[in-house]
Amino acid sequence: MSTEDRETVTGSGAAPAGVAEAEPPAAGGPTGGAQPSRVRRTPPPLALLRNSWRQLTSMRTALILLFLLALAAIPGSVLPQRNINIENVNRYAVEHPDLFPILDRIGGFDVYASPWFSAIYVLLFTSLVGCIVPRLRDHVRALRAVPPPAPKRLDRLPRHAVLTDSDGDLDRIAAVLRKRRWRVVVRGDSLSAEKGYLKETGNLLFHLSLIGVLLGIGLGSWYGWHGNRLLVAGPDNAFCNNLQQYAESKLGHRVDSSDLPPFCLELADFEATFLPTGQPSSFLATTVVEQGDQRPFRASFSVNDPLRLDGASVYLLGHGYAPILRYTDRNGESLESDDAFLTIDGNLTSEGVAAFPDVNLDPVTGARNPDLQVAFEGLYFPTAPDAPPFVRSTYPAERSPAVMLFAYRGNLGLDAGIPGSVYRLDQRQVSSGKLKQIGEGKLLRPGEKWTLDDGTSVEFVGTRQYITISVRYDPGERIVLISSVLLLVGLMPSLFGRRRRIWFRVSPAPVDATTTGRSSLVEVGGLPRTEYAGFADEFDRLVTATRPERAGGDGARDDERDDDERDEAPRPGGARPDGARPGGATEEGTD
Amino acid sequence: MAQLSDQLFVVSLFCHLVAMIGYAAAYAVNVRAPHRRLLTVGAAGDPATSGDTVGPVTREAAPVQRWAGGVAVVATIAAALAQAGALTTRGLAAERVPWGNMYEFILAVTLAGVLAWLAVLRQRPELQPLGLYVATSTLILLGLAGLRVYTPAGPLVPALNSTWLKIHVSTAALASGVFLLGFVTATAYLIAVRPARPGGLVSTLARRLPAPAALERLTFRLHAFAFPIWTFAVIAGAIWAEASWGRYWGWDPKETWAFISWVSYAAYLHARATASVRRTTTAWLAIAGWATMMFNLFAVNLVIAGLHSYAGA
Repeated sequence: MSTEDRETVTGSGAAPAGVAEAEPPAAGGPTGGAQPSRVRRTPPPLALLRNSWRQLTSMRTALILLFLLALAAIPGSVLPQRNINIENVNRYAVEHPDLFPILDRIGGFDVYASPWFSAIYVLLFTSLVGCIVPRLRDHVRALRAVPPPAPKRLDRLPRHAVLTDSDGDLDRIAAVLRKRRWRVVVRGDSLSAEKGYLKETGNLLFHLSLIGVLLGIGLGSWYGWHGNRLLVAGPDNAFCNNLQQYAESKLGHRVDSSDLPPFCLELADFEATFLPTGQPSSFLATTVVEQGDQRPFRASFSVNDPLRLDGASVYLLGHGYAPILRYTDRNGESLESDDAFLTIDGNLTSEGVAAFPDVNLDPVTGARNPDLQVAFEGLYFPTAPDAPPFVRSTYPAERSPAVMLFAYRGNLGLDAGIPGSVYRLDQRQVSSGKLKQIGEGKLLRPGEKWTLDDGTSVEFVGTRQYITISVRYDPGERIVLISSVLLLVGLMPSLFGRRRRIWFRVSPAPVDATTTGRSSLVEVGGLPRTEYAGFADEFDRLVTATRPERAGGDGARDDERDDDERDEAPRPGGARPDGARPGGATEEGTD
Repeated sequence: MAQLSDQLFVVSLFCHLVAMIGYAAAYAVNVRAPHRRLLTVGAAGDPATSGDTVGPVTREAAPVQRWAGGVAVVATIAAALAQAGALTTRGLAAERVPWGNMYEFILAVTLAGVLAWLAVLRQRPELQPLGLYVATSTLILLGLAGLRVYTPAGPLVPALNSTWLKIHVSTAALASGVFLLGFVTATAYLIAVRPARPGGLVSTLARRLPAPAALERLTFRLHAFAFPIWTFAVIAGAIWAEASWGRYWGWDPKETWAFISWVSYAAYLHARATASVRRTTTAWLAIAGWATMMFNLFAVNLVIAGLHSYAGA
């Protein structure tokens, strides 16, 4: 919480709230009569609990927790994080075998889900709630209350003026103040006015919104889910939204795999345009969506412009090429593969594997021969260089596509059940000699065929585009967004609003003052309740405006101006000495 | 057009340099009278006020100071114009908003800072000695931008091609510029409150600064002004991240550091509103906040890889 009120709580340790402390008994309600209860002794455990709670909700603790929160967020930006990039975490584990287990144990690779990070923000929010709940109560009370009666000694307030030329008409003064949106009450010979309630309203709104943001985040992590996958163009490669179809997925704690909304997606077309330098300039994916009972419809999406479906959004993350390779085996059977090759550079040089485990079957029994399986490992170049070496594409669009293939025959090792990359051959099979390379590498352009030593052949038919997508649902988003907007709305008055009070008291004029022809003396006192350097100016303007001669037209002229321009300007009498703490000094006036 | 932009950048560097020298000259001859504000006169000055100065200020010093200060302010205005021109021509050359990479971002940040400084100076001419610190910080940042992260004008990658680029980055630059000025005033405040020690460099610097309380209040004003803008920039960034990457917050290093800065400045504002926290402590918090901003700009862009890695693009 962001005001000196909170500090008063810990500073004095007596009154339940600083706001109430400054309040005269009339408006203080139950808190006003707290004085006698201090004598009553509290049982030690309760006292400890109460003191701990006070300590936790104190400003000092909140500041320390804020500082710790900032500090605790740092390691997450320096160390790779599992939820952001698991590959980097694995690489770190390989590169730092000694450090990794230690860091991992203390949550260094899951910082934002680690117990210590959670502890900090849970404590911070507890502290926040412990602070704003009493303040909310006080503020609601203050909003419904009338401004407190004038203190006895108005001359002790930070601003003070005596008007000898006033007519002492408090109702007229009240009208002037009300016109300037002051809350005014007249009690007998004195008038109390207060303004700037919006500051605390904004302050509370800001802090309540923070709780809203946290709730939204919590809701999202409970009921949200996402899945990432690669989608090759063509009807045969369409996928439907269920967990098995994702390469990587995460469900919220309260989400079951059967909760995923049913829809199917087919990539009909993908268009990428590039500048002559090879820098991409636009992407557009066109898909065919089947959702529920609706007829399949076409929908396009792009980077920054996701596909919004019922219960999920589809985001375009990347794209690449999947070469179509047709292998004709010893029996004359042809099989096609359009496995995606992963891009490895900006010119979309791609690497991958086309595996044919079910070829060269026994013509009679149809049984698989584990020693005659075939695979092609290779590189794909959307624009192949004109001359060898063929290792790198020179442009990301397909100007002169070619694929560089290395053929392997033998046992692919797919039956062993050991998970491996689908973009690389199992190197254990190669090194053990179970999988042998056939001949040298061969560059194929579309339509070209390469006949291997056993008479079988492989043909580079062409390519299909693929995209990588993320499918996501986060029900907390809307709450977080609304809370963020409210947070911003609350922040402004909280930072720029100023709570202040002003009192007028009429007393019979001293005998020697009757020369002015007036019968009363008006004393004015002003108290800025929050730091407000321009208060002196406003006070002077108000005093001037409430003078009877200028109450009419002139009063409207120097209307309420919260201008700060003149704050630093030297002004007679009103200036505080340099280095004084305005925030601390202001409240003293009421004592 | 791109070439013109580069030339204007050099012009603005030169103008900032002239401004720095001018401010330094004015600073050197200026000594703050104890408990009195010396009204230094800017470009549009009021000669009458300079006669009021008393104390250690020698009467002969005033014209030199006025002259040097005037040159400095004019040079600052020229630098701001050149810098705005450099950004505009770059935007025209690349046919997009001119804050698409780190070089342009630093230009935009310092421009925001210099404009904020000119606005402050217009209202409070007596703060002119701060100009030395403003010009120095600006020059350092611009120098780094020109030497280390210069990028030729060019089109944007599709990921950056969004309306949110205009909103998110411009507000981030504006807030950063005002935070930069807030950092300068916080530093000046800490220098100004140092107890006088004859012969010490800091106290020599301190004697020539405006009154500490004014600096401290200005520091708060600037941060109170920039903080909501920064908050808005982060929210806008989150909305963009949702559309672009599928999630509004993903602890990408840039996001993390934006959060760290936000928390730091929130801590500053809380500390500032707490009477029992010493004002020197709050000023240090403001400086810590700026340190996180600088880390975010340089270390995160150039050292830590993340989704926001557009430094060279």
